[in-house]
Amino acid sequence: MQAAVQPREAPAAGARSPVYAVVGNPNCGKTTLFNALTGLRQKVGNYPGVTVEKKEGTCFSQHGNPIRVIDLPGTYSLSARSVDEAIVQEVLLGLRPDTARPDRVICIIDASNLERNLFLATQVIELGLPMILVLNMMDVAEKRGLKINAKKLERLLGVTVVPCQAHKGEGLIELRLAMSRRDLSVPTWRCSVPELFSTARGEVQECLEIDSERPEPQDCAEAALLLGDGITHAAPGGRPINPEALHLARKWQQKLDGESPGWRSELVAARYARIGEMCRVVVRRTHPDRPSITERIDGVMLHPLWGWAILGSVMCCLFFSIFSLAEYPMSWIERGTAIAGNWIGSVMPPGALSDLIIDGVLAGVGGVIIFLPQIMMLFFFIGLLEATGYMSRAAFILDRLMGKVGLQGKSFIPLLSSYACAVPGIMATRTIESPKDRLATIMVAPFMTCSARLPVFLLMIAALVPTGEASALQKSGLLLLLYSLGTGAAFCFAWVFKSTLLRGESQGHLMELPPYRMPSLKSVLMEMMQRVKIFLRRAGTIILGISILLWFLMSYPKVEEGSATDQLSQSIAGRMGQAIEPIMKPLGFDWKIDIGVLASFAAREVFVSTMAIIYNVEGADPDSSGRLVSVLRNQKRDDGRPVFTPLTCISLMVFYVFALQCMSTVAVVRRETNSWRWPIFQLVYMTVLAYTASLVVYQTGRFLGYG
Amino acid sequence: MKKVRKLSDMSPGESGVVENMPEKSGFTLRMQEMGLLPGTVIRFVRSGPLGDPMEIELRGYFLSMRRCEASMVMVAVG
Repeated sequence: MQAAVQPREAPAAGARSPVYAVVGNPNCGKTTLFNALTGLRQKVGNYPGVTVEKKEGTCFSQHGNPIRVIDLPGTYSLSARSVDEAIVQEVLLGLRPDTARPDRVICIIDASNLERNLFLATQVIELGLPMILVLNMMDVAEKRGLKINAKKLERLLGVTVVPCQAHKGEGLIELRLAMSRRDLSVPTWRCSVPELFSTARGEVQECLEIDSERPEPQDCAEAALLLGDGITHAAPGGRPINPEALHLARKWQQKLDGESPGWRSELVAARYARIGEMCRVVVRRTHPDRPSITERIDGVMLHPLWGWAILGSVMCCLFFSIFSLAEYPMSWIERGTAIAGNWIGSVMPPGALSDLIIDGVLAGVGGVIIFLPQIMMLFFFIGLLEATGYMSRAAFILDRLMGKVGLQGKSFIPLLSSYACAVPGIMATRTIESPKDRLATIMVAPFMTCSARLPVFLLMIAALVPTGEASALQKSGLLLLLYSLGTGAAFCFAWVFKSTLLRGESQGHLMELPPYRMPSLKSVLMEMMQRVKIFLRRAGTIILGISILLWFLMSYPKVEEGSATDQLSQSIAGRMGQAIEPIMKPLGFDWKIDIGVLASFAAREVFVSTMAIIYNVEGADPDSSGRLVSVLRNQKRDDGRPVFTPLTCISLMVFYVFALQCMSTVAVVRRETNSWRWPIFQLVYMTVLAYTASLVVYQTGRFLGYG
Repeated sequence: MKKVRKLSDMSPGESGVVENMPEKSGFTLRMQEMGLLPGTVIRFVRSGPLGDPMEIELRGYFLSMRRCEASMVMVAVG
């Protein structure tokens, strides 16, 4: 079949500037190019109803005219077996009402990996939109001995081809010039299809033609996608799929299945055959293939011994930075919040308003920005690991281990990060492509013992183990036990979810190991700032709102006279604590502990300061909890038994191991799963588990005569 | 002499041509879209440090897949 080379006049862009969609394979440099084009003029949101991130930006042409650019998720194909692919398809066909219909497409391909990249590119070509093909990483291809004739490729495919090296900024001017061209040609290249399929496609297309605005090739492409199971239902709020066409497509599918069972594979094979022919014309080998640098590096990175050593050091670095290094900026933020509070207190007359501002708003804002150091560090690291290509190596090494509980290698970093804090950990799950694996990882991440649980554990352990000889060893042993309990629960429940709720046919684990690359620092930093912005806007607002609500619950109604202790016990939260005492009593908790448990929903470590207020311990700060510990030890119940028996302490710790006592986690799960359903489910199942576990511990202990 | 065996039974460094893969499976289609189809020349590069997954080279790039899935792909080696 002959590829036609007749440039057609593109639909006139009219008064408004054209909207571009950017598509490409994962790892082809798409993000770097998008960042280079749009800079900081980006908007990140979510496609309604799904967890796929929606990125839009504005870029300026060489003449200074603004051009809207939509960055679509990286995919290998246009079929819709994953959510990402479905989105790409729907946007390109103009089926999503929430996204501007693109007038033109920029398709980025990795020149050093031409054949596989052209698979998607030729699929996009057949959508019949004017297209620019960006040949990225020309330098890498040349180093590997591949000389690509861009002019020939341009002629064969009938599209504008722009060679480019996005990470060095080379080729961007040419790309911008091409983007503002009025006469961008509409490619007419088509892959030949078996006759039966062609007939089927034609009939379905006839049935589809309702939208006279849309160019004919788009109908043809939609018909092909309907036949191949690509589109099965309409995008939310979008034009419903003509039921007649859908019915017809299903009928044809059965016919095709009957007459040539391998027709789907045939279509793929035909495309690769055409691509192979093209590459033989376009690519010239300047020197014979030899083990690439990447393969030689991987000889060490994936070595049975060195591989583990390197992975271990990288993970230690990552963990150290978010666990220890982030402490410094976090303490500055805490101090800054305290200073600001003091200052406001000194300039504002005391009263309800100043209380609201200092203890409600300011504490809430502090509670939000306290997460920024960890989020920034983690995402800087993840950005580096992804841009260099090491991320997929880490996943490769760990896949077997994580596979045992039904997760995959990429779940490891989010879970590891959750030891520091579940909030950045859950945000890090977006590197996992499989939606079910990602959801399972999110659902269990809060079991990993985060640093906010540490003050609670340390307080309880101090109350539990008498200071004296060998207590240091006992303490660390206990702590280790608590950590293993949480980690064990995470893996257990990952397995449970993956074999029940989140089961389903395995999509298989095909993962590309991209060549090692020098990362673009600018792009890594931009991605990091984007995560920060998303966190502040989406999760931060929820956290702030709940903080203010919690503050209100703990300070109203106001007590005329009396200490902070009276105030807290008379407050709504205090009354709630007393109200739930009957429920919590079987766990060994009295109403004072219940208030602490409720208050620690703001952040787990708040338990310590709440205990200090409720037991009226002056100046008790979490670091020197010595006084608080002795006060706790001397607390007596109504019947004269001590409150904090060893059994109560253990029961309380077990509760904190399992319970999702963290509104920030809830807020971030809401943002990452794009629905309230999952965070509420998570809150419920973890609370039920925590309650049950504590109940079993306390009642068994009582039965055995302890406490 | 060409011998047909499972992709998962190849030894590191060995090359071969994909002979056949299971029909009518979503995963097969996914592999094919990534360029792994009958007639493709592949090379088994190495196994992961724990024996699974495995890394193969095809069409100038590297791909990792799990052994249980690789065992469904038949390769003519030699």
